[in-house]
Amino acid sequence: MTSTMLGKKERQALIDPLFNNNPIALQVLGICSALAVTTKLDKAIVMAISLTLVTGFSSLSISLIRNLVPTNVRIIIQLTIIASLVIIADQILKAFVPTISKQLSVYVGLIITNCIVMGRAEAYALQNPPFLSFLDGIGNGLGYSMILIVVGVIRELFGSGKILGYTILKPVTEGGWYQPNGLLIMAPGALFIIAILIWLLRTWKPEQQEKE
Amino acid sequence: MEREGSVYTVIFTTILCGICSVLVASAAVGLKDRQIMNKILDKQHKILLVSGLAGAKESLSRSEIQERYKQNIETKLVNFETGEYETSLDPATFDPQRALKDPNLSKPAPPNGAGIVNMSKYGHIYFVKKGGQVEEVIIPIQGRGLWSVMYGFLALDKDLNTVRGIIFYEHGETPGLGGEIENPRWCQLWVGRKVYDDTGKVQLSVIKGTAGPPDTDPYRVDGLSGATMTSRGVTNLIQFWLSDSVYGKFLKKKREQGSL
Repeated sequence: MTSTMLGKKERQALIDPLFNNNPIALQVLGICSALAVTTKLDKAIVMAISLTLVTGFSSLSISLIRNLVPTNVRIIIQLTIIASLVIIADQILKAFVPTISKQLSVYVGLIITNCIVMGRAEAYALQNPPFLSFLDGIGNGLGYSMILIVVGVIRELFGSGKILGYTILKPVTEGGWYQPNGLLIMAPGALFIIAILIWLLRTWKPEQQEKE
Repeated sequence: MEREGSVYTVIFTTILCGICSVLVASAAVGLKDRQIMNKILDKQHKILLVSGLAGAKESLSRSEIQERYKQNIETKLVNFETGEYETSLDPATFDPQRALKDPNLSKPAPPNGAGIVNMSKYGHIYFVKKGGQVEEVIIPIQGRGLWSVMYGFLALDKDLNTVRGIIFYEHGETPGLGGEIENPRWCQLWVGRKVYDDTGKVQLSVIKGTAGPPDTDPYRVDGLSGATMTSRGVTNLIQFWLSDSVYGKFLKKKREQGSL
């Protein structure tokens, strides 16, 4: 179905960031929030959706005005657009998923400084037409989302024995048998998981390995 | 006009900022009602939790929270100076936080360890009713911890001395250390403790280390390990809000009268 709807270039913009050019695993961007919001899967999912939409729409709007932007102020212009989109996303989260929004606290606002959003605007949207830029933004958001969700599943399952709040491995503290792994609840736990994911990805795709 | 010229740059950025502000402002204004509603619901939910009308694991829909709250909870205002109910103000619209900015409704707080400088002259009190009878009263509490102001509710039995529950719903303490004030297991340790001794002094406090069971050690609660400052903050805010200059006077009067 996708092949009839999207051309090769479009598909590449959307799919490439998943494995071939993953923003977290290859470009090592957006690590900060990947550590902070992945202790529970529901937080990771909401963050992933927010970032994907913000990246998509920021790339789209920046691409729309790419021929009008004065070059010397382009960074500020990009920031203004990204910041506006992030504030709108934050407001929507506060209104519709208040508990998760409270847990995400400052990290939604910090999407503004997430290098993925700005990076795609600067590196792609300024040179490419709107639809392609939109797909590139969504694709990169999905690449980020994929890592976030994998890390979220591992941390919540082994860190507190649950998936999306449902108990899978009953922890000792609630009268079960599972001794939760405290390291995974802490930020360093996420660093280990992300490092292992990068290792696996680079073993599968050796061309991503950095040359000595 | 030249794309790199100063005039063009100024015009372009002005227009762009205009558009962005309109978008941001309309999102903020359009969603405001729903966000305020969420805050109210969250507070109502916390009151249901501290009173035991809702279980910690129970997930309630918005209408269920409203319904259960409306059926079981009655709100009144207490005048801290007289220790009586205040009927000249509407408890539904009175906002103690906003009252702080009104010199007619607030006054400087007596010296306290809870970091409270100005206090409202009136405060909410919530009655938990079962079959028309008051079972518990709930008072709002707040005070400084290590990093932040902690907001919560304290539920007292109808004897106005025995703790039936405590909950903190907003704070910025260190997760895993001071943040454990949210832990239901720790909150459970409060149940059955007494606030006032026989002379009417506030004795309840959080200690360093482990306290005995409520029957033999009624005035002390286990401290949170690694969170001395937060524990001390909790003690201070309990001592402040239950003192005679705040809810203490009202509670004492009603204890002596033997009825609410």
